[in-house]
Amino acid sequence: MNAGTGTGVAVLEARELVKRFGEREALRGVSFEAAAGDLVAVIGPNGAGKTTLLSILAGISKPDGGEVHVPEGEVGWVPQQASLYRRLTVEENLLLFARLEKHPDPQASCEEMLELTGLAARRGEIVARLSGGNQQRINIAIGLLARPSVLLLDEPSVGLDPRQRARLWEFVVALAAERGTTVIFSTHDIQEAERYGKRLLVLADGEALFDGSTEGLRAAVRAEAPEAASQDFETAFVSFLHHRGH
Amino acid sequence: MRWLLLKDLQILRRSPLQAFLLVAYPVLIAVLVGFAISRSPEKPRVAFLNEVPAQSRVSVGTTELPKIGVSDRICERVECVHVKDHAEAVEEVSSGDVLAALILPADLVDNINSLSTPSPRTPKVEVIVNEEDPVKARLVNDRINSLLTQANLVIASQIAHEGGKFVGLVVHGGQFTVLGQAIQILGLGTTTRILHAVRATLAPGGLRKSLNQVLRFTALTKSNLGTAATLLTRISRPIAVDKQVVNASTPPLEVFAIAVAATFTLAFVTVLLVAGSLALEREENAFPRLTRGLVSRSALLTEKVALGVAVGLIVTLLMLAGLAIFVPLHWSRIGLWLLAIVAGGAALGTAGAALGAAAREVRAVSLLAFMVTLPVAFLSLIPSGTVGPGLYNAIKVIAAIFPFKPALDAMTAALDPAGPSIAGALLHLGILIVAYGLLARLALRRFSAV
Repeated sequence: MNAGTGTGVAVLEARELVKRFGEREALRGVSFEAAAGDLVAVIGPNGAGKTTLLSILAGISKPDGGEVHVPEGEVGWVPQQASLYRRLTVEENLLLFARLEKHPDPQASCEEMLELTGLAARRGEIVARLSGGNQQRINIAIGLLARPSVLLLDEPSVGLDPRQRARLWEFVVALAAERGTTVIFSTHDIQEAERYGKRLLVLADGEALFDGSTEGLRAAVRAEAPEAASQDFETAFVSFLHHRGH
Repeated sequence: MRWLLLKDLQILRRSPLQAFLLVAYPVLIAVLVGFAISRSPEKPRVAFLNEVPAQSRVSVGTTELPKIGVSDRICERVECVHVKDHAEAVEEVSSGDVLAALILPADLVDNINSLSTPSPRTPKVEVIVNEEDPVKARLVNDRINSLLTQANLVIASQIAHEGGKFVGLVVHGGQFTVLGQAIQILGLGTTTRILHAVRATLAPGGLRKSLNQVLRFTALTKSNLGTAATLLTRISRPIAVDKQVVNASTPPLEVFAIAVAATFTLAFVTVLLVAGSLALEREENAFPRLTRGLVSRSALLTEKVALGVAVGLIVTLLMLAGLAIFVPLHWSRIGLWLLAIVAGGAALGTAGAALGAAAREVRAVSLLAFMVTLPVAFLSLIPSGTVGPGLYNAIKVIAAIFPFKPALDAMTAALDPAGPSIAGALLHLGILIVAYGLLARLALRRFSAV
C-alpha cells in the first residue's frame, strides 16, 4: 500500500483502526493521514467500510481498536442522508445550527452560508420543497457552519443529477483550494473519485488496499492486473480488487 | 436548549393539521370520558301498561290500604312509554324503541288481596324483554328486578304498617271502623285491668285460679304482640345499612370526571409530542449531528420533555378553564393545578421519551403511544371490586408503572379541596420521572446507531 500525504502537516491521522459489528469486521487496521487542503476520495465496493471509517473520523461511533487524531471541534461532517429539518426553511435551518454552534453573530454566519451555497434567493423556502441537490447543499453548508478545518462527506453526490453533481463538486473543490479545508469524501463512483479526488484511499472488506494518487493507482493496476491496464479506469479498478482477492 | 425548543415549536406551527389533531383528539376523548364517568345513566325507556282498575286498592282483611301509587313510583325510575294494549307493548319492545315492557294485569290487586285469605294466589306482573344482545339482556334483567324489588318493598311496607296498627289495637285498644260504624276495641291492657279487678272480688280457689291462668295468658300475649308489632314494622326493611366510609378521600364525581378528562388530555399531548418529536430527530437524521457536540443527549431529552410539559400545560389549562364554565372549580388552588400538571406532564413526557427512543420512527411511535396510553389509562380507571382480586392487583401494578394513574391522583388532589394531600402522588411521579429518564437515556444509545 502506498502512503499518500498532502502537501503540508497532517491535520488528521488515523492509526490501525478496527471496528467490529458482532462477528463481522467492518474495518481491519486502517491507517491514513491527511493534510490541510487535501481532497481525499475513499472508494470501494458496497460494504467496504467507507461510511464506518467516516463515522469514526466524525466521532459518531467509536473504534474497537486503533486511534484517531483530529483537530478538536473542527471536523465538519456531512452524512449521506441530509441531516436537517425538512419542515423548516433554508434560513431557519442555517440559523438553528449557527446558534447551536454558538456563533457570535448567527445571522451573519447564515448569510455567509446562503451566499456560499447560492441559495440566498430561496432562503425562505421550506427545505422539503427543494430538490435533493439543493438539500445536499444545505446539508454541506450546515457541516461548514462549524468552520471546520476537516470536512467529511459521505457519498455526497448520491441521488443528484449530473448538473447538480457538477455544481456540488465545484463548490467542494473550491473549499479545499481556496479555504485550505481538508476534504475527505466517500464514493463508490470510480469516475467521480478519479476526477475530484487528489488522493484515493481504496477500501475493500474493511481493509485499506491503496492510498495514493490516481496515477499511483493506475500504476498499481498496471503492475497487478496488466490484462486490464488498457481498459477504462473502472474496469481496471475492478480487476485490481479481484487480484487482491476481493 | 431554547433554540431546539424554538425549532420544535416552528415545526409544530408548520404542521397545523397535526398540531390541531394533537390537541383536538385528546380533548375530545377527554370530554367524552369525563361525561361518561360523571353522568348517571339515562332513565331507560320502558313500555308501561297498567290494566289494574283505577279504583282497586290493596286491602288487609277488611281494611283498604291508602293508595300506594306503584305506577307513579315506577315511572319515577324509568321513562314510561304508556301503551294501550299488550300488542302495542310487544311491538314497542320488538322494534327496540323501548328496553322492555312492564304490564300490570287487571287481577294484580285482587291477587295481592288474596294473600290474606285462606286461598292465596300469586300476584304476577308481565315483563316483555328483547334480549338481542347479552349486555342488553343483563341490563334489562337488572333494571326490572330492581323495579320489582322496589314495588314489593312499597307494598310490604304498607301492609306491615297497617298490620302494625291492628296489633296495636289488640294490645292497647281503641276505635276500629267497620262498614262505616265505629267499634270500640277493649285491648289487652284494659282487659287485664278489668280481670284484675274481677279477681279481687273472687274467693281463693275455683274461679280465681282459672282467672289467674287467663291473666297470665293476657300478659304473655300482650308482651309477645308488642314484639310482633315491632317485627311487623321491620318486615319491609329487615336489614338496615350501616355505611362506614373507609376511604374518605373520594372526590365528588364531577371533580373526578374533570381530573380524568384533564389527565387524559395531558397524557396524550405530552406522550405523543415528546415521543414524536424525539423520533423526528432520528427520522430527519439530525440526531447524530446534534449529539456530536452541539447538544448532549440528556439536554436533548430534557428539551423534549420540556416541550411536552409546556404544550401539555397550555392545553390542559385551557381545558380546565373551559370545563370551569360548566362545573365550579376552585381557582384559588391554581398553584396546585400547575404543580400537578407540570409533575404529571414531566412523568408522562419522560415515558414518551422512552417510547420515542425505543421506536425511532414517528409513525411507529404514534402507534405505540396510542397502544400504550389508551389501555393503561382505561385500566387505571377500573375500580376495586369490579374484577377479581388477582386481576385487580395486576392492574394496580401496571397502573403504578405508567404515569397516568399518579398523574390522575395528583390532578384529583389538586382539584379537590377536601381531597388527600398531593405529596404522595408527586413522590410517585418523581420516581417515575427518574426511572423513565434513565430508560430513555439508555434507549438513546441504540437510537444513535447510524
